[in-house]
Amino acid sequence: MVPKKDVLLQIKDLRIEGYSDENWIEIVHGVDLTLHKGEVLGLIGESGAGKSTIGLAAMGFARDGCRISGGSIEFDGMELTTTPESDLRALRGSRIAYVAQSAAASFNPAHRIIDQHTEAPIQYRIQKRVEAQEDAMELYHRLRLPNPDEIGFRYPHQVSGGQLQRAMTAMAMACRPDLIIFDEPTTALDVTTQIEVLAAIRDIVDQFNTAAIYITHDLAVVAQMADTIKVLLKGEEVEEAPTEQMLDAPSEDYTKSLWAVRSFKRPQKERPAAADAVPIVSVKNVDAAYGKIQVLDDVSFDIYAGMTVAVVGESGSGKSTTARCITGLLPPTKGEILFNGEALPPRYQDRSKDQLRQAQMIYQMADTALNPKIRISEIIGRPAQFYGGLRGAELKNRVDELLDLIELDPAKFYNRFPPELSGGQKQRIGIARALAAEPTFIICDEVTSALDQLVAEGILKLLDKLQQDLNLAYMFITHDLATVRSIADEVVVMQRGKVVEQGPKEKMFTPPHHPYTDLLLSSVPEMDPNWLTTLLEERGTDSIGEAANV
Amino acid sequence: MGDILQLVLKRLGLGVVTLLVISILIFFAVELLPGDIAQAVLGQAATPETVAALREKMGLDQPAILRYFQWLGGALTGDFGVSLISGERVTEAISGRFINTLFLACYAAVIAVPISIILGVIVALLRNTLFDRVANVVTLTSISSPEFFLGYILILYLAVKTNYFPAIASLSTDMSFGELLHRTFLPALTLVLVVTAHMMRMTRAAIINLLASPYIEMARLKGVPPWKVIVKHALPNAWAPIINVVALNLAYLITGVVLVEVVFVYPGIGQLLVDAVSKRDFPIVQACCLIFAATFILLNLAADVGSILTNPRLRHPK
Repeated sequence: MVPKKDVLLQIKDLRIEGYSDENWIEIVHGVDLTLHKGEVLGLIGESGAGKSTIGLAAMGFARDGCRISGGSIEFDGMELTTTPESDLRALRGSRIAYVAQSAAASFNPAHRIIDQHTEAPIQYRIQKRVEAQEDAMELYHRLRLPNPDEIGFRYPHQVSGGQLQRAMTAMAMACRPDLIIFDEPTTALDVTTQIEVLAAIRDIVDQFNTAAIYITHDLAVVAQMADTIKVLLKGEEVEEAPTEQMLDAPSEDYTKSLWAVRSFKRPQKERPAAADAVPIVSVKNVDAAYGKIQVLDDVSFDIYAGMTVAVVGESGSGKSTTARCITGLLPPTKGEILFNGEALPPRYQDRSKDQLRQAQMIYQMADTALNPKIRISEIIGRPAQFYGGLRGAELKNRVDELLDLIELDPAKFYNRFPPELSGGQKQRIGIARALAAEPTFIICDEVTSALDQLVAEGILKLLDKLQQDLNLAYMFITHDLATVRSIADEVVVMQRGKVVEQGPKEKMFTPPHHPYTDLLLSSVPEMDPNWLTTLLEERGTDSIGEAANV
Repeated sequence: MGDILQLVLKRLGLGVVTLLVISILIFFAVELLPGDIAQAVLGQAATPETVAALREKMGLDQPAILRYFQWLGGALTGDFGVSLISGERVTEAISGRFINTLFLACYAAVIAVPISIILGVIVALLRNTLFDRVANVVTLTSISSPEFFLGYILILYLAVKTNYFPAIASLSTDMSFGELLHRTFLPALTLVLVVTAHMMRMTRAAIINLLASPYIEMARLKGVPPWKVIVKHALPNAWAPIINVVALNLAYLITGVVLVEVVFVYPGIGQLLVDAVSKRDFPIVQACCLIFAATFILLNLAADVGSILTNPRLRHPK
């Protein structure tokens, strides 16, 4: 047990209110938290659990529209709830630092990386500019950034996401703080990049014996990083325990349900046995380019009716571009798309209404894919009217039927607007809109990656049920291999615009693999707390920096 | 940098095309005006023979298309023809006046632009405080009042009652620069009052728009003081909209000053244009319109280039 005098941060009965609809509503309901020097605490929970809000409160900070309404936050003997703003400011960046979810958005686009890095040390007169720059390069070295002496002098947009995330961790270290808040630092990254960042964070936190609060919704990630895990639900603590104990024997039902969430798996279907079976969609030797930059190189695969083909790969591998070629948004420069054996016109403008109807799309961000000012009835009704020619009572019946299909009560949702719905409900509306056209083929572009695990599970089950009822074919674009495991029949692995491997799911998950498939598969974090250590040893430390370049 | 140069040249080319289209519009709009120029020049008493003779002398008997190209060719070499009333060369009639207008516009801009941007930054920093509201009300009041009204108020208080500044901005060739600034202060101040609100409010809005960005939150979480968050982290990313609204107001300072010139009897191009319209002195009207159009296009081009230059993604390509 760590002695009491080593307590760095002690939060007691923390209450935070958020302002909405002209009322202050409590969103964090009395959370306690104790953090010792050099300890890493994992905060996990779904969105809306209050993880980030609590993390920021540990810096004495509340976002606009939020306020700390009760409890105490004691940092190294200082009571933050009563400390004046100017003294709090002196604490931020120097003794408590923050690493944000999206480094790409959190670095100021107008300044060079190193100038943002040295801002705090210069302001606190810890170092002069030149010393601070040298120190930054030293940290870039330690975080194994490529060209550490030069990378800081670039602008954020000139550096990749994974590198930026490491540069941001370096920036947080600039004043050698006692505590760093990591707010989902790897959520926006590809699995292969995530590993580098996780390893870098863990190393540097170890080296400087910095305490950290690690916020994430990914259990496997937190298992690698944290000494202790605290589970939150709707602004309340569910339970807290040392990592090993929490993974092996969670005591609360909610925690158990989080642990079990990846278990959904449906049996793999086989292609039709008949030799003359025609795939519903067939991508044949497709090349595509944005301007002069070629993004697809000889992509070919088939999708049969009633089956799900998962297209996986890192960002930039050409998954979404392939979807754009199939839908006709981006005409291929070479090759063709066959639909039930017939070549489709390359441009969607040249396709017939029926050809357009057959292939529909569901998007990643249901938030931006639904017009916030249009009622649900019209969002779903519009394609039914356009393709099916329905109107009046017929149209209303069809919309009700579609709402029933996606398991939302028509009486409740018919007249509502998208902003009144939760993330999972919005995604269901997205599905209903695709179904309204009565398609035979649906492209699902990362449809679950913006959702919490429990909600995502519900969406996957719904998609599976619809596929069985309506004999739909899915092209499932994702970078999440857990999703692939649960829903796919066949897998297409893409890398830099090429298909590197494809085949039935069971075969893809059984070795031997293509080296890139192997890298993808082995990069998916597992619940075992020693997974990262073991993996890094297997790969050899030197390969970490190169993982993204394989 | 090569990319930016290419972009600027492309915009410049587009600007020339736009100007060409506008020249067509100006020329034929004037053609469409009812009545006959020769008749107008000679008055009611003229005999048909003298009118016909004048028409021939002025080239009005030739087809419009031909005259357009003649006019355009002249305009390209700086020759806009001859005033119908005074017989003076249009270029000479306009150049002095245009320089006066440019001077007044620069005078007003030099005061208004820094004040608007600094005020905009301050009200963004002190948003939703009393200062913010007072600044908003004052600038909105000044933009909502007609220019001639503002001008007369200023004359009443700063010229008639206190005698600090002359009420009439008459110019002479032998006065010193200091005296020039003194004499033209009231018209310049009137213009400042008219354009400040727009630029200030855009600066405020552009900055506040960025305050919800993750990088602003990051700066605050690094312990950066509030004024520095605004000046160093928000302002550099807010330039594009600010530059555009500044350019729009600069164009207004050159092309929209007729009323102010009349109130202060200032010998600028606006007054010349109004006189020329009432006297049907078409060569001057056409030349003024073309100059105004060119001003608008050039300033918008400058704003485009300015926005590009403040965007680090374009300044420092990957």
